[in-house]
Amino acid sequence: MPNSRRQFLGAGLSAAVAGSAISCGASNGASPWRFFTAEEGRTVDAICDRIIPADRDPGAKEARAVNYIDLQLTRPFKRYRKAYREGIAAVDAASRKKFGGRFVELPAGQQTEVLADIEKSSAAFFELILAHTRQGFYGDPRHGGNRNRVSWKMLGVPFPPIRGLERYDQPKVG
Amino acid sequence: MALKHVNALIVGAGAGGGVVAKELATAGLSVVLLERGNWYSAADCRKDDLRNQRTTVLGNAFGPDEDRNPRVLVDDRGEGIVWPSESGYSNNAACVGGGTFSYGAQAWRYMEKDFRMRSTYGAVAGSTLEDWPIGYSDLEPYYEKAERELGVSGDVSNNIFQARRNQGLPMPPLSPNKEYQILLPAAKRLGWHPFDLPMLRNSVPYNGRAACMRCRWCVGFACEVNARTGTHNTVIPAALATGNCEVRTGCMTREILLDDHGQASGAAYFDPHDRLQRQTADLVIVCCGAVESARLLLNTRHRLFPNGLGNRYDWVGRNLHAHTYPAAAGLFDYDTYDDIGPGASIAICDFNHGNPGLAGGGMLANEFIRLPYQFMNQVPPWVPRWGQAHKDFVRTAYKRTVTIMGPVQEMPMFDARVQVDPKVKDYWGIPVARLSGKKNPHTLEIARFTAGKAEAWLQEAGAVRTWQRIPGPSLSGGQHQAGTCRMGNDPKTSVVDQDCRLHDVDNVYVIDASVHVTNGGFNPVLTIFANAYRASHRLLEAWKGSKVRS
Ligand SMILES: Cc1cc2nc3c(=O)[nH]c(=O)nc-3n(C[C@H](O)[C@H](O)[C@H](O)COP(=O)(O)OP(=O)(O)OC[C@H]3O[C@@H](n4cnc5c(N)ncnc54)[C@H](O)[C@@H]3O)c2cc1C
Ligand code: SF4
Repeated sequence: MPNSRRQFLGAGLSAAVAGSAISCGASNGASPWRFFTAEEGRTVDAICDRIIPADRDPGAKEARAVNYIDLQLTRPFKRYRKAYREGIAAVDAASRKKFGGRFVELPAGQQTEVLADIEKSSAAFFELILAHTRQGFYGDPRHGGNRNRVSWKMLGVPFPPIRGLERYDQPKVG
Repeated sequence: MALKHVNALIVGAGAGGGVVAKELATAGLSVVLLERGNWYSAADCRKDDLRNQRTTVLGNAFGPDEDRNPRVLVDDRGEGIVWPSESGYSNNAACVGGGTFSYGAQAWRYMEKDFRMRSTYGAVAGSTLEDWPIGYSDLEPYYEKAERELGVSGDVSNNIFQARRNQGLPMPPLSPNKEYQILLPAAKRLGWHPFDLPMLRNSVPYNGRAACMRCRWCVGFACEVNARTGTHNTVIPAALATGNCEVRTGCMTREILLDDHGQASGAAYFDPHDRLQRQTADLVIVCCGAVESARLLLNTRHRLFPNGLGNRYDWVGRNLHAHTYPAAAGLFDYDTYDDIGPGASIAICDFNHGNPGLAGGGMLANEFIRLPYQFMNQVPPWVPRWGQAHKDFVRTAYKRTVTIMGPVQEMPMFDARVQVDPKVKDYWGIPVARLSGKKNPHTLEIARFTAGKAEAWLQEAGAVRTWQRIPGPSLSGGQHQAGTCRMGNDPKTSVVDQDCRLHDVDNVYVIDASVHVTNGGFNPVLTIFANAYRASHRLLEAWKGSKVRS
């Protein structure tokens, strides 16, 4: 489990809430997302797509892992807001430097190369988005990812998760 | 308005506290049971794979509250604040039932040697390894009482290594799942002694509760049909039924109150509306789990106990340990997954003791069913962590992977400890637990050994590839946390006596995993239950109507 939101004591306890002071991209009205700006959302979507690509089965993009991450950044992941804002910027900076364009403009092969660099240079952010993409793909649809239970269908996991009973929260489409 | 005085105030409604509440209330004592968490019911069973008591990426389902309960962790990276859903926090649970509300319910008796580790193996470098002041035979009748009164299923008759028992388990095992059928003949071919896991889980209707319906997601979740047994659906309702016990939930205890002579007079706690309350009592029984019990004692300061209650010789909070969990996984060329929960079903005790050059060992069993997201941890080291190759592996291997793991008995460390932090406070302004220390290197040696045995078992069973997972050296705590208020005869090297009473004060007891001197090569809860029955019995023998005999 990533531990990157751990606050070191030198920084003071007030750091505990610092993350939630980062403003939401959605507040400027132009973004379809709750936290991400429209551009950030596209970048995260593209990163998710590289982490779990589509093949004969849908990947993290089709599962809407980006929606999961964006939604959780308004909830338990509030503390990761700063890491995302900076991490996404670092991905675009690395793309420009290496291939002269923003991450979303690069072909898949070049995106993979950039991410492999980021895995080393921005390790903390990479671990975060790797874990969150997996959660948004393999986790319960009720949290905004795994749309239409695509990963569970891929793995052949029966639904609902418990035999004989169907009164659990069904995923809200979103 | 002053709260009505009671005989016994029990802090913490988990494994230990639940049993004590029932025993004392049944004997006619008036009891108040304080619990900081909520009382959940089967209807709170959301089967949420990202938010439960085992996978906590979106939080703990059964406490403690994420934003109100920080701790401080000191490790190689420095000292920092950790929150309940993070791995270094060492969480168990905070609710009526404590860990037993959502646990895996493996129900193990320790072996005779587990109570005599120091006599059996001698000193281990760097460790405070010691014998318990009591032996297996002192606990045997109470193990039996726990198995019958709470209800344990399984069939341990093939476990030739187990200590003498007077009776078998009261319920038959669940019918075998596919992993069991694969692993049973392999273990036998290796000359080992496999048997059906003992579990606090009804295989047939028992004590008015239903049988297990074998669902996929069990450990970490609430049990929808109350087939899994915790203190919340057994002893705590029984305590309430006596009319002598009141449970107060949402009550965070701050400190034990002491009179001028240093005797306990009750406890101060914050009620659900954050009002500070004082509950007076003849006896205070601390059952908060290993980390929080130590914290409560250390936060109790008095002229006579300037370093915390029970802490005259600096042993409170020391020896925090749990279990090191090595694992091996095996990939098969056919589906091993049959969707029949809870999954864990077969075990061996061939490597708990008698391993050449090693001070102990641990039980091995197949793992509970892995949720798809949990499976991410099982992907072998040679598979790339992302991209097409990772997805390919997960798709092929999810239903073809069997994992065997087991709790290795740890060598306790004096410097693996709980303190109270001088600066950081929780939501209520109470100084938080500060955790520091490491595992003993020998514990990791034992872990490598048992992981090798787990891997050999999978190979014999026909796995086409196998791999191991060995934990690192960082502090052990979490669900199996124990050891912080060691039981012993010498007040200079222990915190409570054989009866679980503080050496320092006559009318304060600690009855939970904190008192474990060592923690066996097994999941600890049945021993916590048995010891709680035993300590309650001892307390009642000493009870004199308004006080306990000194
Ligand atoms: C997911 C999971 C799986 C597990 N699987 C197994 C298994 O298969 N077998 C096994 O043997 N064990 C298992 N365990 C571990 C087992 O649950 C614990 O060993 C056991 O519950 C510990 O008992 P305890 O009495 O020491 O503390 P707990 O059960 O933790 O009870 C302590 C209680 O005290 C309360 N408390 C703490 N501080 C305060 C305070 N200041 N004021 C008021 N209340 C307070 C807490 O909220 C808690 O409810 C598992 C645990 C979990 C979470
Ligand atoms: S597997 Fe059995 S014990 Fe576990 S939650 Fe389901 S019904 Fe309850």
